[in-house]
Formats: sequence, C-alpha cells, structure tokens
Amino acid sequence: MKPHVAVLLPTLVIVSIGIGLSAGSVPLPPGEVWGGLWGDTSASTIVRELRVPRVLLAFLVGGSLAVCGAALQAMIRNPLAEPYLLGLSGGAGLGAVMALASRAAGPWAIPAAAFLGALAAVGLVYRLSVVAGRRLDPRVLLLSGVVVGAFAGALMSAVIVLSDAPTVRNAFLWLLGGFGAASWQTLAVFAAYALLPLAAIGLNARSLDLLALGEEPAHHLGAEVNRIRRLIYLCTALLTAASVAACGIIGFVGLVVPHAVRTVARPLHRTLLPLVFAGGGAFLVLSDAVSRVVVRPLELPVGVITALVGVPIFALLLRRSVA
Amino acid sequence: MMLDARGLAVRYGPAHLALDGVSCAVDQRRFLAVVGPNGSGKTTLVRALSGLVPLERGEVRLDDRPLGEWSRPALARVLAVVPQGEEVVFPLRVDETVMLGRYARLGPLAAPGSADRAAVAQALERCDVAGLRARTIDSLSGGEWQRVRLARALAQEPRILVLDEPTTALDLRHEMELFELVRRLVDDGLAGLVITHHMNLAARFADRMLLLSAGHVAAEGAPADVLRPDTLREVFGWPVAVTHWCDGSPQVVPLRPQEARDP
Repeated sequence: MKPHVAVLLPTLVIVSIGIGLSAGSVPLPPGEVWGGLWGDTSASTIVRELRVPRVLLAFLVGGSLAVCGAALQAMIRNPLAEPYLLGLSGGAGLGAVMALASRAAGPWAIPAAAFLGALAAVGLVYRLSVVAGRRLDPRVLLLSGVVVGAFAGALMSAVIVLSDAPTVRNAFLWLLGGFGAASWQTLAVFAAYALLPLAAIGLNARSLDLLALGEEPAHHLGAEVNRIRRLIYLCTALLTAASVAACGIIGFVGLVVPHAVRTVARPLHRTLLPLVFAGGGAFLVLSDAVSRVVVRPLELPVGVITALVGVPIFALLLRRSVA
Repeated sequence: MMLDARGLAVRYGPAHLALDGVSCAVDQRRFLAVVGPNGSGKTTLVRALSGLVPLERGEVRLDDRPLGEWSRPALARVLAVVPQGEEVVFPLRVDETVMLGRYARLGPLAAPGSADRAAVAQALERCDVAGLRARTIDSLSGGEWQRVRLARALAQEPRILVLDEPTTALDLRHEMELFELVRRLVDDGLAGLVITHHMNLAARFADRMLLLSAGHVAAEGAPADVLRPDTLREVFGWPVAVTHWCDGSPQVVPLRPQEARDP
C-alpha cells in the first residue's frame, strides 16, 4: 500500500458519508445533520429514520458488491469479472421477483429466494462455459454470464407483467436499483445475510492470491482449489442476493472499485479486500447521493449512475486485456 | 522422503493414453532427469506425480502413503512443483510472489513471521533474484521470472523439488546456474526431478535418467545406459551419435543426413 492510501481512503469514506447524509430532496447542511443526529431538531426524523439507514445500507451494499468483484476477478483471473456481468445479479433478481409474485415472501424470505436464483445462474453460467470449451476459459465464462443475465432479465420481465400480485407492480423501478426504500429493517436483513459471507471471503484472502496465479500453481502451493472455488461462488452468490433483495440490481460496482483500488494499492488480497470494501462503500454512497440531487425532486435509479461510471471503465479494461 | 510411482496410466480421451505403465522413483539426494520427445508424456507425468490428474491404473506413494491421503497443504510442505508456463494477470512484486510459497505454512490471518521472511530471503538469494525483490513481475525478463518461480518453490522448504522444463527461457549462464543450483540442493538432501530437453546437461548433472516415448518408458537408469544411439534414434526419429565429455558423461550429437550415411 502506498502511504497516502492510508490517509486518502478514510477521508473519502468520511466525506462520502457526510455528503450522503446531507444530500437529498431536502438538502441539509452539515450542521443540521449533526444536530439532527444527536439532538432533537426538526431534521431528526429525516436524519435518523431515513438518511442514516440509507447511507449505511448503501455503504454495506457497495462494499459487498466490490468485494464480490475482487474475489470473482481473482478466481477466474480476469479483471472484468463482477456479479452483474457474470449473471449473478440477474439470477438473484429473478429469484426475488418470483418470490414477490408468489405473494408468500416476507422481507427475510426474499434474499433467500434471490440466493437460490443467483446459485442457479452461477451453475448455469459454469455449465455453459465448460461445455463451450474443454477447459474453463475466463472469456467464455464472461460471455455466458452476460447471456444468462439477459435470459434472467427476460424471464423477470415476463413474471412482472404476468403477475397480479400488488407488490410486483413497482418491481420494475426496484430492479433498476435504488435505496429509496431503505429502512432500519432492510439494513438489519442485509447485515444478517452479508456478514458471514464477507468474513468467509476475508478469511480466504491468501487463497485468493493463489487462485489468481492459476489453477495449477495454486494446487502446487497448497490451495484446496475446488473447495475454495465452491466457497467463493457460494459467498458471492449470497452477497449479491442480499444486495439485490435490499436495493435491486446495481451493476459495475464490483468492476470499478477493485480496478481503482489496484491502481493505488498492492494486489495482495489481505490488504486489497479491506480497501476494496471501504472504497466500494464510499463509491455507492456517493453514487446514491448523486442520484438524489441531479434531477431533484426526482431520483435517478442509482444503477444508472454506477453504469454511467462503470461502462467506460469496462471498455478501458477490455481494450487493455485485448491489447 | 521418497516419491514412488508404479505403473501409472493416464487417459485424456478414449483414444489418447498419455501415460501407459510408467514407473519411477525420486529419492533424497538423487537427481532424476526426465527426457523425451514433445508429447511423450513428460508433463503428464508431473501432473500425475502431484495428484492433478486421475490415474487409470497405477499408484503414486509419497513417504510410503498413497498420494490421495495427503491434503494439498500437507503435500505443498514436502513437494514443490514448478509447472511450465504461468501467465501473470495481477502483477505482484517479486518478494510478494516468493512469499506465496509460504502459504501452506501460514494460517489464514497470521502475518508472515521471522521464519517465513528468512525462508523467502534465502530462496531469493539462492536463485540470484534478491536484487529484484521490489520489482513487479510483469517487468521481469523470461529468465528472471523463471528464477523467481523457482525461488517461490524453494520458499516452500520442500523435501522434493519437481521442475518442468525450467531452463527453456534461460540463457547459457542462467541455465548452468540453475542446474548447478539443483545439483547443490540435491547434494544437501533434496530429491530432485527435472524435465528437460537438454539431454547433454542432464547427463552431466543427473544421477539417473528416464527416457519417455509415447507414454512408455523407453529407457531408464544411469545416463550412460539411457543415452544410447540406437535407442535415441528410435525414440526421436533422428540419427544421433554419442560421444563422451571429459567427466565421462555421455553427450548426444544429432547427425546431419550425410553424416548418418558415412560414419
């Protein structure tokens, strides 16, 4: 890690959280945010019941998606991998929409249904890419991910249009990604689903260093490659599912953030993963703040902002990996 | 500590038997060189000896226990393998790369201790890459990268070292230094298996040689017993003569067609 990262990143995190708390349809200057947090002012309800859970949720989701991206990139040895492009988000979205359409799902069941959808998507992507080439080719894997994501998207649209469950009506808007519905409850549900897989990925940081070398060197250096792969697929599917259930489909966080962090920090995962988590949190909190103010009083879906940032970076990385 | 393979058969497809009845043993203080034409099964033998391909027949035993009973970390603490190519996606620094050799000896969270740093420093020194420790590996030449990968294997502090064509990217000096290094490591107690196309160097450095041909063992034994003109001609499909260097080792000279006609 270059020394200035130790200063830069915490500053970025604090500034982004500050902006996230004060930006919105009712702009609050920092003083009022502070007063609303600790005192009993007119801003207290907005700050404590809306802004704080919203910013914390955006931070945790952003961190989780970014960690997913970094882990998947190491595992399939391709800096273009991330949950959205690998079809995990699409599968999770389909699972969540089907749970909503069944009318049986409470807030705790939707992430579970999304998890099943994400696992099915990842299994399908894996099968497709193994069939297409005898050995697993990362490029074929990405292509399969995009195809499976598109397929899940089509099915999602069909379920939404055909369902008469009232909760499905605004699913289109929810799927575009946004933190408008964030509450202390969505935050609690997300945290409950996300903490275990985040810890498991963190404990396997060294193993990710080995997987990033390739399957054969990783085996020889002592990694239980297949066990670690299964664990990473499981954890990233769970994190993606919890994110999609909490705030819809938000792409490119897992692509943009690890790329940006790698330009300033060493690519060893023991240092990379915590930085990626903090960077992802700050990035999504800022994106959410931008989405609330650019077309005030309307809100843009935050997925629009992350895609606007992410697609040029994807194009850049693609050019570099082909060159 | 001994790696012992008996009657190995590995099948890649219904019509492709990559290894067929190959036996070999690598023992402490012994240097075994495996030679043979392209596609004769040398790399498959490495993969079979390290448990990376399913065996159709035969058995590999390490320290008198079947290979399947060894966990990957336990295996990595005694057996270090440097496979042929390795494509770099995320460029680490040289010292970080060599520290990855300590993976099987580190817990998931513990920072590397003084024993780990000492092993890495010694490995860097032995492979003549200590001066490169702060460089990123995408800035290295092919030969430097090869020596860094060997250093990473030595950082495992193995009892058995297996190298698959380690000198392909190396110039004359670094090639000789690598063979000298392996010989020294073997004399200090390691078991060494090196796959190489350099039969003449193998004949000077190795204790025993194994000549593979289309998945079979064509010859095995001391270099002088393996490097025979008639055997080599049949295996490689090219006429050769065998002379002797002043240390007594057999040296293979490929012949031009007119030389083969009038000896």
